[in-house]
Amino acid sequence: MSQSTPPGRSDEAQSLPQPFDHGIEAAALRGGAIVDRVYDAAITFFALCVPLLLLLLIFEVGKAGWPAFQKFGIGFLFSSEWDPVNLKFGAAPAIFGTIVSSIIALILATPLALGVAIYVAEFAPPWLRQPVGFLVDLLAAIPSVVYGLWGVFVLVPVLREHVMPFLRDTLHLGGTPLFSGPAYGPSMLAAGVVLAIMVLPYISSVAREVLLAVPRSQREAALALGATRWEAIRGAVLPFAKSGIIGGIILGLGRALGETMAVTMVIGNRHELAASLFAPGYTIASLIANEFAEASNEMHLSALMAVGFVLFAITLLVNAVARWLVWQTASQARSAK
Amino acid sequence: MAESILALTESRQSRGSSTHLREHRADAPVDLPTRSRVVVEGLTALFGATAAVKNVSMTLLDRRVTAIIGPSGCGKSTFLRCLNRMHETVGTASVRGKVLLDGHDIYGQKTNPAAVRRHVGMVFQRPTPFPTMSIRENVAAGLRVARHDDAVRGTVEEIVEKALRRASLWDEVKDRLDTSAVGMSGGQQQRLCIARALATEPDVLLLDEPTASLDPLSTQKVEELVWELRADIAVVIVTHNMQQAARVSDFTAFFLHGEMVEFSPTAEIFTNPLDPRTEAYITGRFG
Repeated sequence: MSQSTPPGRSDEAQSLPQPFDHGIEAAALRGGAIVDRVYDAAITFFALCVPLLLLLLIFEVGKAGWPAFQKFGIGFLFSSEWDPVNLKFGAAPAIFGTIVSSIIALILATPLALGVAIYVAEFAPPWLRQPVGFLVDLLAAIPSVVYGLWGVFVLVPVLREHVMPFLRDTLHLGGTPLFSGPAYGPSMLAAGVVLAIMVLPYISSVAREVLLAVPRSQREAALALGATRWEAIRGAVLPFAKSGIIGGIILGLGRALGETMAVTMVIGNRHELAASLFAPGYTIASLIANEFAEASNEMHLSALMAVGFVLFAITLLVNAVARWLVWQTASQARSAK
Repeated sequence: MAESILALTESRQSRGSSTHLREHRADAPVDLPTRSRVVVEGLTALFGATAAVKNVSMTLLDRRVTAIIGPSGCGKSTFLRCLNRMHETVGTASVRGKVLLDGHDIYGQKTNPAAVRRHVGMVFQRPTPFPTMSIRENVAAGLRVARHDDAVRGTVEEIVEKALRRASLWDEVKDRLDTSAVGMSGGQQQRLCIARALATEPDVLLLDEPTASLDPLSTQKVEELVWELRADIAVVIVTHNMQQAARVSDFTAFFLHGEMVEFSPTAEIFTNPLDPRTEAYITGRFG
């Protein structure tokens, strides 16, 4: 008998009736464990697949672009000479064009998208709410090449014949570098306008959902203070929705940075850094789309992969900044510093 | 039966927590000069085709507190929301009848609802501070829109302080006026909302179950505040709590199924209700 067992204790336990005749069977408490473990493993595997794929993508693109980065160094980002024949590659015009066309798109699309969202969420009569929202969302469903065709056959001529002369001559903006130079049609401006229409549904649908999610009590609190409908929206609803709206704008920016087909068709595709929005330009995505099929030289291919990597980095940076902005405004609202 | 309720409230008041209120009430000049401020004539409030308030007529006096009691869904909050035109901000809602504020029909053709609400302030059941604004900005929120033209008004600083003092919140927040209002307790948030409503100096203040989400101590503070406001303006308070109505009001209206069953001086409705339904309600037989 072991020391730890108090005397008489084991006898008592022995004398108690054993519950096995009507107690819970041990097997009733077991089972299912293997299923759970398999399920866990499968789910974890699938969940890890996506980030792994992303890392692999970064690695592959980076590896393929490495020779170009090595050869041209930092000059790859800042040189504007892109000469596949003499194997000189500088991506500055494409990087510049990517960023500028996206910024134009946001400048044009954001007020319009917010206007649509505010109208649909706050002012539209119920019967008009669904159709307007649906039609705006439908813009996102139109294939990019259709936007491109529309851009080539409708937008570019209109810009060339009417908008550009109007900006330059009627408004006398020709003196500023932004609106100077001849109006060819295919241009940074055309790309920006097409992109604006393409990103509009993203911004407006996010903004609309965010506005609809603002508690009714916030609107009522503002109205009860004697605010007009617009004052209530500006003073109570929009500040409450701010971080979500910024998120929507960044989503639109992400779309604009990567858009390929429509931009390629209207931007003019020229490797040149020009201040004027009337001048043709290039974007990273259209550069890759245009030259990838024809790139026979190793270094040319590597340079294309390298700009792809740069685009990747820009997008990542934009998203990181967006997260930070959203977090910043959200915590500003929350914290009591 | 009814006497027992009053006895209950009396004994609650004499014991502990409400003593201060009672003293205050005893000190208050009960015979403040008054006049009719809001006259409601045949008011019916609808949601679509359903009437939530049916043909209610009553007069609300200046410098008096009027309580509206009744079971959930009796239309008391809807009625309140008709007094500052908040009711119509809900989709299918509509109003019939007249509400006269100092003789002017607030549902008149040329009346601007926003202007009405600048004169008739409102505090809701749940505290609704603006989360992106500081305490100071919250109190001043109504000033930006109200009475732009009033030259006699002091600086924003003074108005904010005065409003916070009236809401007996000043001492608690004076050192952190620029911090977010979200960091305050529920009771403080509600008093902040009252301060915000007072900053624009309304002539009538509507309180929609202002203490429903508050703890007893905060409730007591709000009740004391209501009694103090009585010195200046007309107050209408909707409440679930009959003891609260008995403590803070001069007049009490009892609503049931959208109708106003009884409207009497508070002392009378709790001691000698005219309608058997009122008696049933205040003695706790339903609702």
